Amino acid sequence: MMWLVIVLAVLLVVLGLYLSMTAGRIDRLHQRIETSTLALDAHLLRRSSIAIELATAGVLDPASSLLIADAAHVARTSADLDPVLKAQAESELTAALDAALDDPEETAEIEVTELGSELLDELDAAFRRVQLSRRFRNDAVRACRQVRSQFLVRIFRLAGHTTWPQTWEMDDTMPQGLSER
Amino acid sequence: MKIGLVCPYTWDTPGGVRSHVADLALTLQEHGHKVSVLAPVDDPAGLPPWVVDGGRAVAVPYNGAVARMNFGVKAANTVRRWVRDGEFDVLHIHEPLAPGLSLLACWVARGPIVATWHSSHVRSRMLSAGYYIAQTAMEKVRGSIAVSEDARRTLVAHVGGDAVLIPNGVRVAAFASDGRLPQISTGHPTILFLGRIDEPRKGLDVLLDALPSIMAQVPNIRVYVAGPGDLGDQHEHLHPALAEVVTFLGRVSDEDKARALRSVDLYVAPHTGGESFGIVLIEAMAAETAVLASDLPAFRRVLEDGKSGALFVNEDSSDLAAQAVRLLGDSAAREQLVAAGRTRVREFDWDVVVDDVIAVYESVGMPGEKVTTDIRGQIVGRLGIRPVS
Repeated sequence: MMWLVIVLAVLLVVLGLYLSMTAGRIDRLHQRIETSTLALDAHLLRRSSIAIELATAGVLDPASSLLIADAAHVARTSADLDPVLKAQAESELTAALDAALDDPEETAEIEVTELGSELLDELDAAFRRVQLSRRFRNDAVRACRQVRSQFLVRIFRLAGHTTWPQTWEMDDTMPQGLSER
Repeated sequence: MKIGLVCPYTWDTPGGVRSHVADLALTLQEHGHKVSVLAPVDDPAGLPPWVVDGGRAVAVPYNGAVARMNFGVKAANTVRRWVRDGEFDVLHIHEPLAPGLSLLACWVARGPIVATWHSSHVRSRMLSAGYYIAQTAMEKVRGSIAVSEDARRTLVAHVGGDAVLIPNGVRVAAFASDGRLPQISTGHPTILFLGRIDEPRKGLDVLLDALPSIMAQVPNIRVYVAGPGDLGDQHEHLHPALAEVVTFLGRVSDEDKARALRSVDLYVAPHTGGESFGIVLIEAMAAETAVLASDLPAFRRVLEDGKSGALFVNEDSSDLAAQAVRLLGDSAAREQLVAAGRTRVREFDWDVVVDDVIAVYESVGMPGEKVTTDIRGQIVGRLGIRPVS
């Protein structure tokens, strides 16, 4: 009888340790998603700021300038919106930039001026950082979902009342004129 | 930026990962960043000021080869102190699952952590045994880099998760400058082999087996073998006729490796497997030496399917011999390979590649975030035991 009690006690301790460590993992993963969201936000903001600068620098034609300025303004002021709407606004900025910068021959003309070439360099850098941080953020979501869907995690509700993490879906394809400079 | 780099393999022994870390550290510093490298060190004398002694390494079998690494409580405390005092903006861990300083760094740190995967042959047995540990450590890595498509596939298949592909860099300028190795004959057709001589995967045996038929057609051939390993053993196996044409240079410094490459007519890479990238091929191209390599998938990619370097059927000594004879007798063909190689290496110049690495650094953290030590999630932390510092 005694050994049964001991075995049960040991099993309980092991289970407790496992649950506690897994809860720690989930907590860490939630923090990783949170920080990578902030990193992504920072790079999106940087991208829209440079887009506005590009639109107002007088290096683009008036129609493209207006289109980009409008889309960038909407993207910048979408920070407080629901994530889906925010992602949609950012995708529309990508589309506006793509409309203006999809032709390598045209971007070559913008690059003739020092200001134009500087702004395109900055936009290129910001674009790449948006792509990377979105990729890293979605990878964090994937890792978190993987742990959260484990049987014991669901039974013992180790994730508490936190919402099921969502990936950030938006179009962040670089305009051809920018990537093929 | 203040960047902490972790190299799991000993700083004293030349190797792919170690060279990668050293070159990355130098290039980052040239670009104005502050860098500290933590690595196992056997002999602290002559260590550059930016390398921190992570303790003595011991030789352990790992991933099909003998690696010199260190681990244990003392090493863990060294890593913890280095992370705590470093106040890094980014911690960049190389080969994160190598059971040494790298894995320890994953455990003790939190914050903006980047990891680079080098190996394409992580044994799944080891990964499944340590799956929980691997997962727990990997979950802290915010951004993964793979140096090759093979390394990326290994990560995706065995550990899960995504990785950005950033190829290995070469400090092209360091290989392209002048200077020859005086031991290498100028009056003979010459072949160079680089790598550990007692490690079958490096393929020295394939080259030695090909030698008799090369000698039959190029009698005055000279072969130079540069790399560490047990010399005596190889000498005993060497046929007396071969011993005359083969010179063992022993372990060479990075500078002498570049000089040796520049001094020979043909660099032969008979590796039989386990290579995920083939940095040495890029180095040879940067030194403007014609390359003949086995047709491993990684080598095919680097050499653009034979455009910037010749290929032979892997482990096939007679094909190696035929290709070597053809190239040694045709300086125009060698020139053509060298010219194609010169263009190819530009893509791998650290000066260019480092921008991609910095983009990753800037994408993993909140602005102003620092790397800190982490004891949560570990049993010691949960029991309230604080490690002595």
